[in-house]
Amino acid sequence: MDLTPSDEQRLLRESADRFVSETYTADHRRRIANDPLGFSADIWKQFADLGWLALPIAEAHGGLGGGAIEIGILMEAFGRGLVSEPYLSTVVIGASLISECGTEAQKQALLPKIADGSLYLAFAHSERQARFDLADVTTTARKTPDGRRLDGHKTAVLDGNAAGPIIVSARVDDGNGKPGKLCLFLVPQGTRGLAVRDFPRLGGGRACNLELNGVQLPADALLGDGSDALPAIEAAIDRAMAALSAEAVGIMQTLLDQTLEYTKIRKQFGRPLSANQVIRHRLADMAMQCDEARSMALRAALMADAEPVARGRAASGAKAKIGKCARFVAEQSVQLHGAMGVTEELDVGSYFKRLLAFETLFGGSAHHYRRHAALSGRPVQAR
Amino acid sequence: MDLTFSAEERAFEKEVREFIAANLTPEMKRATALTPSVFSDPDIGMAWQRALHRKGWGAPGWSVDHGGPDWTPAQRWIFETECARAGVPNVNVMGVKMVGPVIIGFGSPEQKNFYLPRILSGEDYWCQGYSEPGSGSDLSSLKTRAVRDGDDYIINGTKIWTTHAHHANRMFALVRTNESERQQDGISFILIDMKSPGITTRPILTIGGDHEVNQVFFDDVRVPVANRVGEEGKGWTYGKYLLEFERGAGIASAKLRDALKTVSDLAESDATGRAIDDPDIAVRMSEIEVDIDTLEMTELRVLSALQTGQNPGAVSSLLKLRVSEIRQAVTRLGVDVIGNDGLYVEPVRPLYRLNEAPGIPEEVLPVVPEYLNGRAYTIFGGSSEIQRDIVAKMVLGL
Repeated sequence: MDLTPSDEQRLLRESADRFVSETYTADHRRRIANDPLGFSADIWKQFADLGWLALPIAEAHGGLGGGAIEIGILMEAFGRGLVSEPYLSTVVIGASLISECGTEAQKQALLPKIADGSLYLAFAHSERQARFDLADVTTTARKTPDGRRLDGHKTAVLDGNAAGPIIVSARVDDGNGKPGKLCLFLVPQGTRGLAVRDFPRLGGGRACNLELNGVQLPADALLGDGSDALPAIEAAIDRAMAALSAEAVGIMQTLLDQTLEYTKIRKQFGRPLSANQVIRHRLADMAMQCDEARSMALRAALMADAEPVARGRAASGAKAKIGKCARFVAEQSVQLHGAMGVTEELDVGSYFKRLLAFETLFGGSAHHYRRHAALSGRPVQAR
Repeated sequence: MDLTFSAEERAFEKEVREFIAANLTPEMKRATALTPSVFSDPDIGMAWQRALHRKGWGAPGWSVDHGGPDWTPAQRWIFETECARAGVPNVNVMGVKMVGPVIIGFGSPEQKNFYLPRILSGEDYWCQGYSEPGSGSDLSSLKTRAVRDGDDYIINGTKIWTTHAHHANRMFALVRTNESERQQDGISFILIDMKSPGITTRPILTIGGDHEVNQVFFDDVRVPVANRVGEEGKGWTYGKYLLEFERGAGIASAKLRDALKTVSDLAESDATGRAIDDPDIAVRMSEIEVDIDTLEMTELRVLSALQTGQNPGAVSSLLKLRVSEIRQAVTRLGVDVIGNDGLYVEPVRPLYRLNEAPGIPEEVLPVVPEYLNGRAYTIFGGSSEIQRDIVAKMVLGL
């Protein structure tokens, strides 16, 4: 039992904090907000040079063999700067899906490209009717003479605009009337029948919705050997939630720091706001919830490679708990900044929106308390 | 970073389990489950304390030269976790965890030699004389006076919320030995024999129907000056040191987990008509469990810091706040789980020695009293409002 960071982890934290505080200024964020890519390709190259893109990838495939703790350290720093590079989509989810599902040839072809920064990925899985049920996929993959034909739709595809191939989930239809397995397909941009509707994403970065109308894919577009991909999808999303939890901690801590500072300098009725007990107690509650979030993000990271039930309970527990804490810290940060808090003139609103996006992504607190209960054997509908 | 224990620690865990299996009697376990107040009555609690003492585990937090086992933070964690899981009696902490550390830290050699062995063996039973009717959260405004008369102090005044004063043969108390400008000055820490002439004890029943706390009156009570711990007028410093022990640095998550399991078992039983099938109950169970997971991680972070010699700092106030709130959430869920049986009132105590079988399943009896008495968790040891003041000051630097 030891929760002290190793020397390598301490160094990683220092370099990430330094890089983020020097690079992600408010000016930078304003520039990026109007950029059609939604992030900086130059910065992505620097991530590669720093070794961050290779972190979770196995050494055999050009990576560093790190884990969720290291990713959490990076993500917390990313939260402080509201980093919009597609790290979650490419390195956390993308690399996890390829590592879990891909054939050896696919791993050899794709993982080193993630590590060296030459490949962006996105995961197209959510569908409108599914809400946050990972097993609910209606997009179909019908067998054709040359491969598969995809039909359906996808929503909230994070960073889909930049992705090399988009990893699309679909239910295999072999024409025998039975519901088929869930499989993953690598769909290149520009494939005929693929319509990408790209939009700016709440809290920074971009996302898109997809329409797939008769998207014809060759046989080798299938990721892996055709076995059911749901366990790999659940693992990837649990790891994504652990990573996002750490990012939320960085965002919450920044909001707390800014609000604390503001209440010390803002004077009303002849004294600082922070002299009032009602304000002090509010800040104490915010600090407490930041600390609780830190504990749960760490727990989710420590359990990211555990067996599926323990991993899922830790990930859903973190997502649910931190979601509640994040909402409180975000809303109170705006409240304590007064009218200025609801303007675009302060940073507070940007951090607030990123936390709102955090809550929504992969399901809110209510959904994840239900999933936690279901995984704990309590009789609830997981939906 | 990892959450696994070493082979030595695993072996220790096995030793603790074996000790519990050999020493925890079914009577102790049942009495503990049916006690809706904070501490077990002395017959149950001290039986367990004696078993611990025989094993050399009477005072887990003490160093070996004072008769403690000199455990590492991880060993203490394992011990507390196993004890909570097994449902061992809740030994009144006033001796081992409260006055013991103060005597070790500030007492004279004579005091250490006399009192510490008697705490370990359970021969002495302690109560705490801190709060007064006029001094609740503003503790240092206390007025009980100790006036020097030769080799004695003469004590007049009253203490309140005195847990188990009706069982205790000794009290450690904060008393005013002189008037000073700062109300924190002029307070001394004194050890009082409860059989001294002039002491009377009045029971106070809590809303759950339990007699756990009392008011104690001092009417010209003579206490030898030799019973003062440390310097005259420094009692506030020693008392604050002790409050840190009371508030936390604790391992509470295991006990909360056990309390939630009790509620969960009830919810899955026919006695409650399987309350767990109500999805609202099932989800609340998960919400509380996640809160306990969160608390456990925070405790482990503190433990890890202690192991590497770092000071966890003001985190004990954070822990006290959350522990008390989670306890209340568990007891509240318990009330909702038992439904109509919550209307049944059993006035007789202790619940584990009723003359007649109750009209409802026995395990349901303590649920409502626990909830009612449990409202005190966010009040004693520094109310939640005081804890938030401390967090604002110590954690946020306001």
